[in-house]
Amino acid sequence: MDRFDPLIASGIAAAIPLVFAALGELVAERAGVLNLGVEGMMLIGALAAFATVAVGGGVTLALGAAMLAGIAAASAFAILTLTLQASQVAAGLALTILGTGVSAFLGRGYVGFRAPATFEDLPVPFLSGLPVIGPLFSLNLLGYAAVAMLALTAWFLFHTRAGLALRAVGESPAVAHALGLRVTRIRYAATLFGGAMAGVAGCYYAVAQFKMWQEGLTAGNGWIALALVVFATWRPWRTALGALLFGGVTGFGLYLQAAGVHVSPFVLGSLPYLATIVALVAVSASPQLLRRHAPAALGKPYFEGD
Amino acid sequence: MQWGSPLVAVAVTFLLGAAAFAAMGEPPLAALHALFVAPLNDLNGVAELLLKASPLCLIALGLAVGFRSNIWNIGAEGQMYIGAVFATGLAIHFQDRWGGWMLPAMVLAGIAGGLAWAAIVAALRAHLHASEILVSLMLTYVAALIVKYLVFGPWQDPAANNFPFTVSFDENALFSPLMNYLAALEGTRLNTSLLLTLAAIPLTWVFMKFSFTAFRLRVAGDAPAAARYAGHSEKRAIWIALLVGGAAAGLAGVTEIAGPIGNLNDRWTPGYGFTAIIVAALGRLHPAGIAAASLLMALLYIGGETAQVALQLPRAIAYVFQGLLLMALLACEVLVHFRLQWTASTRSSQAA
Repeated sequence: MDRFDPLIASGIAAAIPLVFAALGELVAERAGVLNLGVEGMMLIGALAAFATVAVGGGVTLALGAAMLAGIAAASAFAILTLTLQASQVAAGLALTILGTGVSAFLGRGYVGFRAPATFEDLPVPFLSGLPVIGPLFSLNLLGYAAVAMLALTAWFLFHTRAGLALRAVGESPAVAHALGLRVTRIRYAATLFGGAMAGVAGCYYAVAQFKMWQEGLTAGNGWIALALVVFATWRPWRTALGALLFGGVTGFGLYLQAAGVHVSPFVLGSLPYLATIVALVAVSASPQLLRRHAPAALGKPYFEGD
Repeated sequence: MQWGSPLVAVAVTFLLGAAAFAAMGEPPLAALHALFVAPLNDLNGVAELLLKASPLCLIALGLAVGFRSNIWNIGAEGQMYIGAVFATGLAIHFQDRWGGWMLPAMVLAGIAGGLAWAAIVAALRAHLHASEILVSLMLTYVAALIVKYLVFGPWQDPAANNFPFTVSFDENALFSPLMNYLAALEGTRLNTSLLLTLAAIPLTWVFMKFSFTAFRLRVAGDAPAAARYAGHSEKRAIWIALLVGGAAAGLAGVTEIAGPIGNLNDRWTPGYGFTAIIVAALGRLHPAGIAAASLLMALLYIGGETAQVALQLPRAIAYVFQGLLLMALLACEVLVHFRLQWTASTRSSQAA
């Protein structure tokens, strides 16, 4: 049984940042905002976090910096799409391109350094020693926070008035507006929350997982998070399931290598992307499923007037 | 105003760039001059500009056809990779046997490669409703890994000391330099593939302006309900939109590896497939606009390289400018769609 523990542990490690990024995007999409800039926000967050640790700021400060950076990036997107009514698809792409460029540009000085501080594993006594589920109880701070965020997001969306208002804005902004809800303001809040969560995901990659900075550190995981939201049919707990599945695919590759099976690293590297396509197709193949669950006003601009 | 917003966006971007240089302690005007004017001072600089603009223009022309129908193929980079892979396969296995037929065969193979990679996206989008945005992007990562696998593995040049590239292509497998025909271009790297791009610009214009297929694509994008009512097939529109983009990207891949590069390696593109998205948007999906925008984006690439050498700034500065430019463009669109009105005065006049 021991042989599987590293597999499970690496699967979980790969899943945690995906959970954060996907949850943030899920909340934004539930409010009707499709932000394709997750990858860019994650990269900016990752660099902010790494730069903070590199100058001796410690991990808590790094987490804060990453969230602020993510929020700043998301607010550029929000101003473009929510205030200036630009196309959400185009603005999201622009954000990813800009985020990739800005992080590569500003991060040049940090390439090759190792993070002096990192998130330590916090094993729960006894439980972390259990077989199979043990790795679930020796996560780092961000790992536990991811589980807490899942519960919190699910509770917020489906058991609070504010969550109901947010979903109403995503289903029918006109009706929500007529009911007296501030559509644009709610969409702003949801988008900025998405930015903060993408920032946390970036912080995880730079400070907890790779413990270093390099150009394009997030390797397309922002896009995988976007696909996860669809795969989860916009329901929070299912993002965790999907993220674990993707993490499992990544972990499986590492496991094969460790077990001495000779597979090209490039083949293994393509597994998460192929798995994303398969998962996306599996969910999308039934149009009814998507139509029933997708926020009706997803990606559509709404002009509030006065 | 339709053509005003790209111009305003370019101006805003350069202003932002100047401000950024000032913030970094570089004299802004001198820095902008060093990046974007000085490199074009001689014939060679202009030739390099055209060399970089050519693949951007080709890909953007293809993408524009799809964008008009609201199909977002953002995986042109991957389609370009696979086009290059197909062409390289021919070049390194048959180059001493096919003589003068080699290059035309490679061009066709490159187009076929781009088509094949885009066809996966089209099939999954048209028949299984998977988001073309996500699928085309995921396939780009896969395509990059395929190239890596090939140049680190079976196609690696045995004499390359484990460096990741294939053998250099024979003369048969390369576009011939333009200076062979035009002595004035002596010393430049321009090649005959530029003529393909120059031909593609008017051809795309004719296609967009006069063909029924292009009209259908536009209706599908602008008014999907009207397209359905008129009996236009939505699936067909998706297939055409993606295949045209894929073919153009595959062709651009061949013009690069059989042009200035001369072999296949793992870092031969500075992201032409992604930049072409901005080119298409900046050129307002019009062939003439795209041609102009591709020159501007090529200038950003060259500026990035100059920045690296002259100012010791990282090359990524080109992407910063690209991202800023697209954002500025989107912000300026508001001027096309809305008219500014000062609501404070209207309110007080209503009250009065």
